[in-house]
Amino acid sequence: MKRQIPIALVFVAGLLLVIQFFVPHPASEFFFTFATDWIIVIGILALPIGIFSLLRNTYMKGRSDSKERIYSIATFAGFFLMVVSGLPSGSREAGSLHMKFFQNLLVPAQATLFSMLAFYIASAAYRAFRMRTLLAGVLLITAFVVMLRLIPLPEPLSTWNSELVRWILAVPNMAAKRAIIIGVALGAITYSMKILLGIETAYMGRD
Amino acid sequence: MANGARAEERRWYDRLLVVDRRWIYLILALAVILPAIVPFDVSTGISTEVRRVYGFVDDLKPGEVVHIAIDYDPSTLAELHPMTEAILRQAFNRGARLIFTTLSQFGPAMAEEMITRVAAETGKKRGVDYTFLGYKPYPGITILAMGSNYRVPFPTDYYGTPVDSIPMMRDIHNFRNVKGVIALAGGNVADFWIQYGNAKYGVPLGLGVTGVMASDYYPYLQSGQIFGLIPGMKGAAEYELLAKRQGQGSRGMPYQMTTHLVILVFMVITNIAYLAQRAARKRAGEVRR
Amino acid sequence: MEPTWGALAWQGLAAIVTLGIFSFLAGDNPFYKIIERTWVGVTTGYWLMLLYHTSFHDKVWVNIVVQHKWWYILPTFLGLLMWLRLSRKLAWISRYALAFYIGISTGIYIPLAFKNFVFLQLEGAVRPISFDAAGINFVIALVGLTCSLSYFFFSKPHTGILGGMSKAGILTLMIGFGAGFGLTVMGRVALLVQRVIFLRDYSVNLFGKIF
Repeated sequence: MKRQIPIALVFVAGLLLVIQFFVPHPASEFFFTFATDWIIVIGILALPIGIFSLLRNTYMKGRSDSKERIYSIATFAGFFLMVVSGLPSGSREAGSLHMKFFQNLLVPAQATLFSMLAFYIASAAYRAFRMRTLLAGVLLITAFVVMLRLIPLPEPLSTWNSELVRWILAVPNMAAKRAIIIGVALGAITYSMKILLGIETAYMGRD
Repeated sequence: MANGARAEERRWYDRLLVVDRRWIYLILALAVILPAIVPFDVSTGISTEVRRVYGFVDDLKPGEVVHIAIDYDPSTLAELHPMTEAILRQAFNRGARLIFTTLSQFGPAMAEEMITRVAAETGKKRGVDYTFLGYKPYPGITILAMGSNYRVPFPTDYYGTPVDSIPMMRDIHNFRNVKGVIALAGGNVADFWIQYGNAKYGVPLGLGVTGVMASDYYPYLQSGQIFGLIPGMKGAAEYELLAKRQGQGSRGMPYQMTTHLVILVFMVITNIAYLAQRAARKRAGEVRR
Repeated sequence: MEPTWGALAWQGLAAIVTLGIFSFLAGDNPFYKIIERTWVGVTTGYWLMLLYHTSFHDKVWVNIVVQHKWWYILPTFLGLLMWLRLSRKLAWISRYALAFYIGISTGIYIPLAFKNFVFLQLEGAVRPISFDAAGINFVIALVGLTCSLSYFFFSKPHTGILGGMSKAGILTLMIGFGAGFGLTVMGRVALLVQRVIFLRDYSVNLFGKIF
């Protein structure tokens, strides 16, 4: 009841969708549309669980740790700010208070958080990117050549470098990335088959 | 005393290899600020993959429908916003009708702002020249559902207007009614577009991606699963050059140049120091032996 | 067009947020933490409202309450079942909804992954050979692909021919990773550049307005 029915459900639903792929009949198409539509509805109702969990954890942390309290309050303040300003139906259009908070609070914070990666990658390039072995050397030289493309060089060096980068991206890089794509896909397909056949059940959690 | 003796033993290469990270941050900060104080221009070559996306949009005839997927959030807007704006402007100027979606949860507000602004600047009307369908979660499933019918995931547009009552959408049902999709993606949504949009429904697909992602999409370019690729800020600058209108992509290139130069110098210095240290250690080992 | 004081005030908030986040580079501090945690709340609130307006309203509320499409009650019920994951005793019931979701997703994924990631990629890799630059590049790519794949083949020890091939494979992979790193630097720097340009423009606008 707790495990067998979900395993059977996964198998039946999955098998039907696999068969559907090979049967271009209107009935099969109808079933496909129906399935995707239902999945979207299920997902819409499931996603707020994550939001609820985050708020619950923030509350618990704020309650148990006095040093963290002010930061938990900040999280709740930000949350309610967006919820209250976002309730009116016109709040999604440019110029609304909700959008102003989005543009001037959410956007700069998120963009800046990720922009700091530039400092970390520069630090990594300095502190860790060393020619310790032949393979590390190949990686380093390739990265160097690709980065050099953004520096204006005197002709014909600039053209040679651009051509070399184009070749690197389109030939050896393409071959390497294709091997990764195929390798990862074969692994993911095997894993999916195991889920479908009920061999892999980690998604269910523990009893 | 012993510490002092050890400090004396430290050579230039030892000191270079353990430099404090804050010095690196400071030098990088100075490099990125420099073009803001002393502006200059940087020339850019144009790659075939960017030219192909530009050519696709340039070949659009008035009334033809293109789906533009704005699938990124503020964390990647620096790279993708400039190319999105250039494509939007070009497509509107060609008289194409555009369908917009955004499958990234923090993307809709940014997308709405840009679409409304560029449409106003080019004199285009909502519901007639373009439709912004908005956001739905689960990009893979949403793309599959759009392939069946746009109305399945999007019964209404972003503003709550039923899709059936939008004049432009009357004769548009699914990917068969669009000339192609251009997905500006800041994450694995690009893979979903390839797998579910192109492989399942065969819709022609062009991609604009971040620099981090760019090298991963060359296999799809070679196999013809995507017709073109705009990689990161440089790709955006190339597109702006083709469109003959400077934007944020071209504006960012001098900054890219100075910071790249600094990072390249970092790489050279640290490797010279490393090789010198290794050679010294080797020599010391030989003497001891 | 000269910006208004209102616009400058809003941009001022964005500038404070930007500088506050950057302050982390000097070390963790309360200013950074307050802004970061506020951002967490803001993103959560924004997403909840977005889900409500553009997803729940048109896909659930309108379908069931306004248009009386009663069959939508079943996926809605399955979606609500997911919430039982929060209960230790009843968490197992949520598996029914999860199973439906995983079954459909997996069933869709398997044939399309085969087609997209394996068949179409192999089709791209195997093409007629010509005796020009493109043909030579094609052969190099094919050899690179075969060797890289052999590096991932762990069912046999990497000795002899397989050993040589896997060495060539790792070399190809390193070139790929090097190219990836080079472009990653461009990507990361672009994010920083955009913030610097924003701060520059804001300073110019602000000082232009004041003086």
